[in-house]
Amino acid sequence: MNEVLVRSGGLYTTVQDAGRDGYYAIGMPPSGAMDRYSFVAANMLVGNPDSAAALEATYLGPELEFTDPRTVAVTGARARVTVNGDPVPQWTSLRVAPGDVLGFGALSAGARPYVAVSGGIDVPEYLNSRSTYKLTGIGGFEGRALAEGDRLPLGGLQAPPRDGLSVPEEFLPEFPEVVQLRLVVGLCSYRLTERSLESFLETTWKVTKDADRIGYRLRGGTIEFVEREQPFGAGSDPANVVDLGYPIGSVQIPGGNEPIILLNDAVTGGGYATVGTVVSADRDRVAQTGTGGHVRFTPVDVDTAVQARLDRETRLSKLRAVLGR
Amino acid sequence: MAETQVRLPEARYEFGGDEFVFVELDREMSLHANFKAMAITGALREENIAGIVDICPSNASYLVRLDPERLHPNDLVTELRRLEHSAGDLDEDLVINTRIVDVPVLFDDPWTRETLLRFRENHQDPNVTDLEYAARINGFSEVGELIEAIGSAPFIVTMLGFVPGLPFCYQMVPRSRQIEVPKYVRPRTDTPERAFGYGGAFAVVYPVRGAGGYQLFGIAPAPVFDNSRSLPDFHDRIAFPRPSDILRYRPIDRNEYDRLRSEVEASTFRYRIRDVEFSPTAFLKDPDAVNRDLLKELYR
Repeated sequence: MNEVLVRSGGLYTTVQDAGRDGYYAIGMPPSGAMDRYSFVAANMLVGNPDSAAALEATYLGPELEFTDPRTVAVTGARARVTVNGDPVPQWTSLRVAPGDVLGFGALSAGARPYVAVSGGIDVPEYLNSRSTYKLTGIGGFEGRALAEGDRLPLGGLQAPPRDGLSVPEEFLPEFPEVVQLRLVVGLCSYRLTERSLESFLETTWKVTKDADRIGYRLRGGTIEFVEREQPFGAGSDPANVVDLGYPIGSVQIPGGNEPIILLNDAVTGGGYATVGTVVSADRDRVAQTGTGGHVRFTPVDVDTAVQARLDRETRLSKLRAVLGR
Repeated sequence: MAETQVRLPEARYEFGGDEFVFVELDREMSLHANFKAMAITGALREENIAGIVDICPSNASYLVRLDPERLHPNDLVTELRRLEHSAGDLDEDLVINTRIVDVPVLFDDPWTRETLLRFRENHQDPNVTDLEYAARINGFSEVGELIEAIGSAPFIVTMLGFVPGLPFCYQMVPRSRQIEVPKYVRPRTDTPERAFGYGGAFAVVYPVRGAGGYQLFGIAPAPVFDNSRSLPDFHDRIAFPRPSDILRYRPIDRNEYDRLRSEVEASTFRYRIRDVEFSPTAFLKDPDAVNRDLLKELYR
């Protein structure tokens, strides 16, 4: 049948791949898996290409019933994962048979588990990607999160990977109490007073309940803007600038007390002063930080930002070699 | 027009992490800054540099998204600085091939009125409508005069973004005649699809229902975004507006609104579009004359 039956969608589970590039200029964000490392590792474990569509869950994972023999792997957040009620390891390839049910209990660390299935989730591509973008209801499974009763199409099987293939300990992500996010300060950071920028970087921020694929709102401090006569076209609030493009990962502080980190499904532009950008590799860490979690920003330069990305790709290449993929 | 004398400051180059370069041409809005953003991003597009993912001209700035594994952001900035000098100066003879489009709008409509009344506590002046507030602070004696001013001169699309297909539109009039309004004190959590809004010096049509902070003036019968691509104007492209499109927001009555809605429902609606050659230099010299010609061409 080449389908997975969704017995429960979990809290917010969507189909995501490596993202939908090339449409930022019309205002469409790339979407795609937020924690790229966990997403690619899951695909490696089941023998898929790195960018095959998989499932990204949030806090509570889905319940899935298989209708044919497949290999599955669960990576990302640390969770209680079961097959037919029996606990199974994460970061490990698992063979499932027709009728087997993959289930989730509570998370013990992180925020987003990833589920890859051999053959990939074969929903139709929209603008060259299978990633869900909920705002306009495109991509993924009918442009929305999974719900009970959905039947997810699966792709044809490639060479079946070895069962029990497992990611070694040293390749597993860490889930620290306070998550350090490397930030390239800039964009419109001239809007902050020097003291405000210092205090922004010294504050441990708490993730509020408004934290999703669009962005994370943080609380924990207040920021002052440099007083000025607002430039023509910007609007009267001190946080306003003439509407401009927002990088993914950029941080803005409307109102001065609620920084927002923009993420994969974010708005692509607007009229709030942006003060810096979280380096792309650390969006993986944001993805695994949930409501109530704590983050701090560490300033880095652009070379460090690029190196962080190369380091993650090197780590994935090493993992690929270890797994014999 | 005063803007011909405007000298833009030095461009500011900023890294948006490892994946973006942001270039601010000016902190204030002007057509001059936007023409420069369009010229540089146009020249950059022609170069087809490997590793560039998206090129996004914005109002008085632009943003480039790149793949840092193929192109180092430092190398991109070097190239952008070069382009600022070779392509960034407004060429006297520059002519932009663009379109002028008739965009009907029903002002003071029941749908945006219902929405704005629900969010009065988020607004600067809870006791009046957004139109009444905007008319007052821009020195119009009544709402009708404000609507007439919006319809009297076309707008140019200076940026696309926020959400897919949303055009930021800047009216093609001297600054002394620009309408300017603040954004809501706290953004709304709801805005009807196709709402016509105004914030700062920009008019927008909201492509989809959702959050928004612009003052709500009316609603357009025709969409600017159609992900099913069922309307003829959307067969090749899910977003209708393009950068540098010239849009004329034409006030319509309820009868015309209902008629155009039926055309949209039947997938027969087509925008009135004319291809035009637009000279920024001629425009900056005599905006009213250029606008008159543009509108004459549109309704010919």
